[in-house]
Amino acid sequence: MGSMTDAPNRQNGPALSREEMERAYREMLLVRRFEEKAGQLYGMGLIGGFCHLYIGQEAVVAGIGLAMKKGDRSITSYRDHGQMLVAGMTARGVMAELTGRSGGYSHGKGGSMHMFSKEQEFYGGHGIVGAQVAIGTGLALTSAYKNDGAVSIVYFGEGASNQGQVYESFNLAALHKLPCLYVIENNRYGMGTSIERSSASKDLSKNAAPWGIPSRKVDGMDVAAVYQAAKEAMEHCRSGKGPFLLEMETYRYRGHSMSDPAKYRQRSEVDEMRRTRDPIETLKAEMIKHGIDESFFKTVEQDVKATVKDAAEFAETSPEPDASELWTDVLVGE
Amino acid sequence: MASPILMPALSPTMEEGTLARWVKKEGDVVKPGEVIAEIETDKATMEMEAVEEGVLGRILITEGTDHVAVNTPIAVLLEEGEDASAADALDLGPKTEPTAKVEKNIPAPASAPQAPTSTTTDIVEPEWGETAEITVREALRDAMAAEMRRDEDVFLLGEEVAQYQGAYKVSQGLLDEFGDKRVMDMPITEHGFTGMAVGAALSGVKPIVEFMTMNFSLQAVDHIINSAAKTRYMSGGQMSCPIVFRGPNGAAARVGAQHSQCFGSWYAHIPGLKVVAPWSAADAKGLLRAAIRDPNPVVVLENEILYGKKFPCPVDEDFILPIGKAKIEREGKDVTLVAFSIMVGVALEAAELLAEQGIEAEVINLRTLRPLDTETIIKSVKKTSRIVSVEEGWPVAGIGSEICTVAVEQAFDWLDAPPARVCGLDIPLPYAANLEKLALPKPEWIVEAVRKQFGD
Ligand SMILES: Cc1ncc(C[n+]2csc(CCOP(=O)(O)OP(=O)(O)O)c2C)c(N)n1
Ligand SMILES: [Mg+2]
Repeated sequence: MGSMTDAPNRQNGPALSREEMERAYREMLLVRRFEEKAGQLYGMGLIGGFCHLYIGQEAVVAGIGLAMKKGDRSITSYRDHGQMLVAGMTARGVMAELTGRSGGYSHGKGGSMHMFSKEQEFYGGHGIVGAQVAIGTGLALTSAYKNDGAVSIVYFGEGASNQGQVYESFNLAALHKLPCLYVIENNRYGMGTSIERSSASKDLSKNAAPWGIPSRKVDGMDVAAVYQAAKEAMEHCRSGKGPFLLEMETYRYRGHSMSDPAKYRQRSEVDEMRRTRDPIETLKAEMIKHGIDESFFKTVEQDVKATVKDAAEFAETSPEPDASELWTDVLVGE
Repeated sequence: MASPILMPALSPTMEEGTLARWVKKEGDVVKPGEVIAEIETDKATMEMEAVEEGVLGRILITEGTDHVAVNTPIAVLLEEGEDASAADALDLGPKTEPTAKVEKNIPAPASAPQAPTSTTTDIVEPEWGETAEITVREALRDAMAAEMRRDEDVFLLGEEVAQYQGAYKVSQGLLDEFGDKRVMDMPITEHGFTGMAVGAALSGVKPIVEFMTMNFSLQAVDHIINSAAKTRYMSGGQMSCPIVFRGPNGAAARVGAQHSQCFGSWYAHIPGLKVVAPWSAADAKGLLRAAIRDPNPVVVLENEILYGKKFPCPVDEDFILPIGKAKIEREGKDVTLVAFSIMVGVALEAAELLAEQGIEAEVINLRTLRPLDTETIIKSVKKTSRIVSVEEGWPVAGIGSEICTVAVEQAFDWLDAPPARVCGLDIPLPYAANLEKLALPKPEWIVEAVRKQFGD
């Protein structure tokens, strides 16, 4: 397995306050438990089609979430449940979309890969690899156009980073100094293809260098490191200096989607990562060092379990969309 | 509390599988993520992971068992410290039904789904009064300028639209009036800038995307269809994408196969888009203004050869046309000719030739390809009993196929002859001048198609 340790760890001392650690822990655990439940419901046949779980990558969204301000926008690929929960979308609404019910964010018409929330400035949920990078650049164009002070967070995989439109977008964002934070979630695999087999660029964080876009490679399994890098990057974007690129070195524990025989990597690689780099366990150890006691973790576990259980019940009982929904939402005003 | 471990569905289509091997034994402690068994599906052997922590209390399905249905209990998981007898309390009947009863509330359709039909009689177009002769190029420019003055959120982007004043000079003068924030030159990056424009439209502004020609919209067709047209639907009505994709469409002159094709039927095929195809200067100005104001993605198919043609156009500052309404350009009682864009002129020429032969043709200028004004078409067919569609594009699955189908579906009993299509030849457009001429519809082809309907 390639080294993950060359990513600089956080720079000086603890980056997170006690409050931030608690929030990050709660959000990461919510994503983890939510995804486990989604996997279970998939196994029971309640969720169909493609369903891409975020388990293992939680520190990325949680760390960036801590650095985001109200009004900031975000957009990602089909691996979107974590982003949505951290953006403040409800577990009920997301889970009910996974089960294709009327209580889902898209009334069941989007599914796991396509959910949106105007209220939380979350712009999807995109099934075409790389498409969200150009669209996300447009979210930042709106900010520049309206001078609204928002930063747009554009998540994409290391596999997506090979798409031509990514580089078209970098150029456009740099030319027009758009407040756009590009986040490569390098989880080492695009479906069954490892990064070594998909990219001749060995350091993705340098991929925006020709356009003068500043960048950093970050330990994406360490929520404090993610937060620190995101904070700095977002200050850069917000101050009118243009885009910033962060490469998050992260890992997905589960298969690409639910039907992934996982023959492209060793089981031991996954186990090793879980044992030594798990983002939730890492933060927990740090919190214990800071004197946060067991009762906090117990309470959070109970709260999160209750939220997820409630979401699953809602998602199982919410009715299917009415047949009349077939013809709605095709065009505005009809 | 003891809980059953169920046979998992490991793919979207899996209904049953083989329990190939138990990796854990009865009495083993299992942790979430640990492999407990191997399951064989029709496609692959997959590892089954524990979801919850506990002790494998009892194995219910032995390894090597085939045809184990999804959701069958295969083992019992005990909490640590719990006795194996706790398993006895469980109801282990096969759980083939999902826990929630899914109401099948989709009624059997009363009839097979029909193509969309329109009612356009209630769209009244006001009298716009005085007109002046302007070119289609000027009409398009004036439409953009008027809408940009009216709405700060409207802006234009594309290749060569600003400094160069437009590759075909359609955006002449706009940079001077509106500045480079609202008239943006783009690098040759259609996929990227179209996606960017869609994102901007989704989040609060109203871009007009100019493709130097519609041929290059193919680079960006994914964003037009998958991003712009579908997001409204996929978001359950939360998002809207007020954007215009415009540029010259169809054959120009001698630019060869890759630069000469009609995208009318391509884009008209897509739910979630509107598609207009102006012919005259008034069409161009009125439809482009409507397209910019429309809260939906609208494709505007212009025509390079028409850019320099002059037509009378209303001078009224508020002049605008409704999307979705066709225009009868010439009235007649013997045959209906339906055309759009540059073919409207060709159909009018054909109508002249037919009139010399004593046949009065009614010529419909579609103006909009989606939604199609079926009402105007059907009303005309019921009057004339004959219909010929005319388009520059290819015949297979073209706009003409749709028009003829609509006529047959909705006016079969009124027809005195099979509907006919006049189309461009079913070939990539050749470069040679003579061949090019032979490949594109001309008035004589229309006359011939009509005469055939009269039994000649
Ligand atoms: C344009 C396009 N090509 C191919 C696919 C099929 N596909 C879906 S996900 C994927 C791999 C993407 O990997 P990566 O960007 O690393 O994201 P990850 O799944 O690891 O989060 C592929 C090839 C697609 N959806 N869109
Ligand atoms: Mg990846």
